[in-house]
Amino acid sequence: MKVVLEHLTKIFPSRNKKDAGAEVIAVNDFNLEIPDGKLIGLLGPSGCGKSTTLFMISGLQAPSRGKIYFGDDDVTELAPENRGIGLVFQNYALYPHMTVQQNILFPLQNLKGENRLSKEEMLTRADEVAKLVQIDEFMNRKPSELSGGQQQRVAIARALVKMPRVLLLDEPLSNLDARLRLQTREEIRRIQRNTGITTIFVTHDQEEAMSISDYIVVMKLGVIMQTGKPQWVYDDPANLFVAKFLGTPPINTFSGTVRGGKLYIGEEAVMDVPGAEDQEVYVGIRPEGFILDENGGLSCNVSGVDVMGRDISVVSTNANSLNPVVRSIISSGEMKNIPSDTVRFSLKENKVFIFNKETEARVYFGGQVAMHEQMVAEMKAEGQAYTTHEGPLPREADDNDKPVHVAKQEGFFAKVKGIFKKKSKEEAPAQSSGEEAPAAPEEAQKNNQSEE
Amino acid sequence: MTKTKAEKPALTEEEKKLAERKKNLRKARFNRYKAWLYLSPAIILLLIFTVWPIFNTIRLSLLTDFNYLGELRGKTFEFGFDNFVNVAQYSGFLTCLGNTMLLTVITVPVSTMLALIVAVALNSIKFLKRAFQTIFFLPYVTNAIAIGMVFMTMFQMIGDAPNYSSIGIINTIIEAFGGTRINWVNPGSNYWANIAVLAIYIVWNALPFKILVLLGGLQGVNKQYYEAAKVDGASRMRIFWRITVPMLSPMIAYVVITGFIGGFKEYSSIVGIFGDEMGPVGAPRSLNTMVGFIYASITENNQGRASAAALILFAIIFVVTMINLYVSKKKVHY
Repeated sequence: MKVVLEHLTKIFPSRNKKDAGAEVIAVNDFNLEIPDGKLIGLLGPSGCGKSTTLFMISGLQAPSRGKIYFGDDDVTELAPENRGIGLVFQNYALYPHMTVQQNILFPLQNLKGENRLSKEEMLTRADEVAKLVQIDEFMNRKPSELSGGQQQRVAIARALVKMPRVLLLDEPLSNLDARLRLQTREEIRRIQRNTGITTIFVTHDQEEAMSISDYIVVMKLGVIMQTGKPQWVYDDPANLFVAKFLGTPPINTFSGTVRGGKLYIGEEAVMDVPGAEDQEVYVGIRPEGFILDENGGLSCNVSGVDVMGRDISVVSTNANSLNPVVRSIISSGEMKNIPSDTVRFSLKENKVFIFNKETEARVYFGGQVAMHEQMVAEMKAEGQAYTTHEGPLPREADDNDKPVHVAKQEGFFAKVKGIFKKKSKEEAPAQSSGEEAPAAPEEAQKNNQSEE
Repeated sequence: MTKTKAEKPALTEEEKKLAERKKNLRKARFNRYKAWLYLSPAIILLLIFTVWPIFNTIRLSLLTDFNYLGELRGKTFEFGFDNFVNVAQYSGFLTCLGNTMLLTVITVPVSTMLALIVAVALNSIKFLKRAFQTIFFLPYVTNAIAIGMVFMTMFQMIGDAPNYSSIGIINTIIEAFGGTRINWVNPGSNYWANIAVLAIYIVWNALPFKILVLLGGLQGVNKQYYEAAKVDGASRMRIFWRITVPMLSPMIAYVVITGFIGGFKEYSSIVGIFGDEMGPVGAPRSLNTMVGFIYASITENNQGRASAAALILFAIIFVVTMINLYVSKKKVHY
């Protein structure tokens, strides 16, 4: 079942009656087409509206604006039970007083009219789905007698038993320990492949989303930042946020300048960037994008080496780095070549991303232009629209000083509430919210247009 | 192990250690008694007002023809079960037992069901929730005798039959809807009419506490269960019976058990409505209960019979509570 979201918007009204303007825009003009039978990961930091989006698809929350289509049916006004969805909650919400079997049977017993099943049919269906998720031996246990992973699978079985058109999973793995998480995410992948049900799941863990999704949707503050196949989004981030959010260890960011077709970090020309205009930029370099090179353009002060078996990670510092340390991953064979004081790197072209300092939008250069165009074309060939965020990026109060994965929720609320506006006028007028930066949208659009 | 600052400098290390050790020993010994010291107020009060009366009740129930005056004079009493036989043979006893049982069996299920419905309703509204909570909680903070007198005037007909000057608000309502007036509490009233008035009064009086407990329980139920049930397409009735009730079962069990215990100790409601004659005029003691029986025995200065009746009441409550606990063990999900 294809799922289409059109201009989906959710605004939570202000809790404080006196301050009517203090509403929270949780999801902002969300447009997405989810192809049939795919596994989609909604990915973003906490408070980015991904769960709200999921609950709107489920029908538990009504959108403020916009439409939701399942196939060709407009389900926007439909009650959750009539949408044909299966929903797995973050805490599973298994009924603790029922056995596993009763839990799985519960949705079937609610069927009315011609959909009503006989007792035998119900039991067969429950058995089938229990076998699918491999919990058939625990049918008579209570949820409290199961491990976290088993409970998770019961929750999935309960969602699957009425054969939903769309399966929705809210942070399905966040309550599991690290090993079980790996195992269960493979399990979810397997179940999704076997059933072929369009599945949407929400997570804040980029690794989780990357590993099992057909497509990921990166969100920030209720806005889609980028969609695409996980590897594409990783290899071709559309803006600084996406680049910072994906990848472990995280991308190394520097402030730099483009001057005369060369990229400068500090006063060092680190690489050629043909085709990029002169501008102030953020430079993002993936940890695997560094090559040990005595004649390399980038110099860093070595502060340590982390050995990780196959690879080693060189920890160093650079005055222009926006992270406390620069992490570069090199093959362990090169261990002996690491100098103890200053290390010089040359960079791999396709692992270096530059972003306009004001809009934070990607500046493509050299071979990256062709690569980007190819990826957009491939996505279109697969029937998946390539979506990136255009216009000003939603900003948090002190976006650039904080690592992205600990996004500050207060900043978000403050921004939307307009409280921040008042404050910013007194303290930092330059860091005001997106709407007040008129220069930004044109530049972002210009960047996008020039590449397409 | 705090060191005192005023230690004399003349002491050697060895002596200091020794003094320290002695002090610690004393402290430890004191600590052991300190617990008892802090517990003593509660223990003394419990001993005087709970443990001794229980013991004394058992003692008195086994002494034939006991009276305190005789005991003071050094008279010894015969030991035996005469008091229990006396209670069983006493003419009013079976009425008391029957009334108590009847009122309990009617009021506990009715008030629990009503409380459950009201609690669920209160939990699902937002507008005027506080106001309704206050209204439903009012009986809890009102004096039982005062409520009884209000109920009396609601049901009572005033004046000489058949030309009453007032027939009470309940009969007025009944007649307004085309019914015939009922003699609820006046002389010559039917026993079942009396019981109905009492049951309404007791249920109304018992509601607030039960609503409070159940509402508290409801607010502790994770909302996700309801959302999951909604997604699964469960109807409201099914959600109520399959999710709300099992989730609330510990609170329901608590409310039922305390309800039974309270029901068997029913007394003040009858006094509140019918006065200490324990029945409508012309039929005194027709609505008497176990506690009323015990109280009457004491006023007749028959401590033996009162104690025996109290023990019988205790045994009944004990058995019923055991049955309750047994059932709840099977039905209650914790």
